[in-house]
Amino acid sequence: MATEVREFNAAAFYAYLKEGRFMGVRCRDCGQLSAEARPMCPSCHRREMEWHQFSGRGWLSAFTCISVVPASLAAQGYGRNNPYCSGIVTLEEGPRISARILGVDAANPQNIPTGMALTLNLAASVAGENPGLVFEPG
Amino acid sequence: MATLLTGGRKRQLGRPVSIVGAGLSQFGAFQDKTSRDLFVEAFQDLLENLDQGMDVADIECGYIGNYSADLFEGQGHTAPILADWLGMTPTPVTRIENACASSGSALREGIMAIASGMYDVVLVGGVEKMTNLPTEGVTDVLASAADGLYEVPAGLTFPGIYGALAKAHMDQYETNLTHLLKVGIKNHNNGALNPKAQFNSTLRTMMERRMARAEQRGEPVPDWQDEMDFLNDDRANPWIAWPLRLYDCAPITDGASCVLLAAAEIAGSFTDQPVQIVGTGQASGRPLHNAAELTSLAAAREAAAQAYAMAGVGPADIQVAEVHDCFTIAEIVAIEDLGFFEPGEGPRAVDEGRTALHGDRPINTSGGLKAKGHPVGASGVAQVIETFHQLRGEAGLRQVPNPNLELGLTHNVGGTGGTCVVNILRRV
Repeated sequence: MATEVREFNAAAFYAYLKEGRFMGVRCRDCGQLSAEARPMCPSCHRREMEWHQFSGRGWLSAFTCISVVPASLAAQGYGRNNPYCSGIVTLEEGPRISARILGVDAANPQNIPTGMALTLNLAASVAGENPGLVFEPG
Repeated sequence: MATLLTGGRKRQLGRPVSIVGAGLSQFGAFQDKTSRDLFVEAFQDLLENLDQGMDVADIECGYIGNYSADLFEGQGHTAPILADWLGMTPTPVTRIENACASSGSALREGIMAIASGMYDVVLVGGVEKMTNLPTEGVTDVLASAADGLYEVPAGLTFPGIYGALAKAHMDQYETNLTHLLKVGIKNHNNGALNPKAQFNSTLRTMMERRMARAEQRGEPVPDWQDEMDFLNDDRANPWIAWPLRLYDCAPITDGASCVLLAAAEIAGSFTDQPVQIVGTGQASGRPLHNAAELTSLAAAREAAAQAYAMAGVGPADIQVAEVHDCFTIAEIVAIEDLGFFEPGEGPRAVDEGRTALHGDRPINTSGGLKAKGHPVGASGVAQVIETFHQLRGEAGLRQVPNPNLELGLTHNVGGTGGTCVVNILRRV
């Protein structure tokens, strides 16, 4: 397979996601990992990035259950009577990322345990017009 | 005291800068008013209250904070339009955009313009006209202050990110939902004493009005015993982004603010009671998922460290403060980030009434963003105006009962900590 070098940007990040791969970047110089696709290392400021595939496993570090929803999620049926959960996921490789959390009871947030193990749901992440990371318990 | 960052080297202004006058529009929802009408109202208030008057032609330069007239009103390039409506063209004016810290940042530009020696008299202010859009539209506009590539696609809204921060604070410390609601009760108590506030009433009064209205209409009267009962009612106080309810959130507000800055050496030609800006700091921060801590805003700690170092004072010296309570949790995090209370001790300070008007550390005497209202681009300078009035002893019914009031602080946050501006003001 020919070596393909994609530019380190969000378009490539979401294109990879649609192909079934959760690709972030790693700085070849200092080793810093980022789940966001960046062209420059924010730690050492060099441009020696390489793509790094994340496992998609992590845990829930903080979350909220949202009842006043943006237009894009209202179109999916979310709203005052059907809140959804979003939060901060700490990936097992170290970096954190924001994600929507499926498979939890967003109407009863007091029952959602911080620290619970999560796995990326690739299909849900790329469903619809606006891709975005979606995790679920497991 | 919270661990403060070093703030790098100690910075000093090239020469002292004073606030010599202040003007504030009414805050609220005003269907037919545009940004320019609101800003004219604030400017007129400044002119009428400037102790020794002034000639508008004396203003040499202006910086106006405005988050998004583009999306709220379909109006870009707002600064020269405001200059025209103030009758101050061809004076140079520049719009500054740093989300909810837009006018805090505009103030800093004005300070530096005078400190540099380039100008002696500068107008700074802010304005936002938010109520043209429905709530969903405002939610989307405010969400655009977050990271559009990695936060917004994750479904995070502006209240949502602060909701996650609140949950992290609850997990790490003994913070609970009641602590959050108490911040709102306290700020509404102050707002009830502020005639310019959008909510010029206590939550108790708002509750009683709701009960009276139900009775008038022949509907079942809710059996709320006190405001905490009312606030815990899911119908009266619905969830916005758990653990934040409606009354944990600052409202959607139209309003404008402005202050006149002058080189300290000429401040006496405008007023006998100038207030000097003795410390100023500003810092940038990362989205919550990239923050080192989920319970604190690093930019606030850094901006505070810079301002304290410049002023040569510490958190214990500050006698009154306006902090950025866009959400109740934000006030708790702010009083910890500013070093007023140890990390995790903010909720207890609220519980014990220490941050109330008559407490030992009065916070948000204006009512804060929560009760005074939060026209996002105007809020930073509005905080400075409240502190200006407190230090001059002219805050009326909400005057802090401290005859030796000398030092005040303002803390203005953009987004969820992407920007923070901290200023320290001293009565001269």
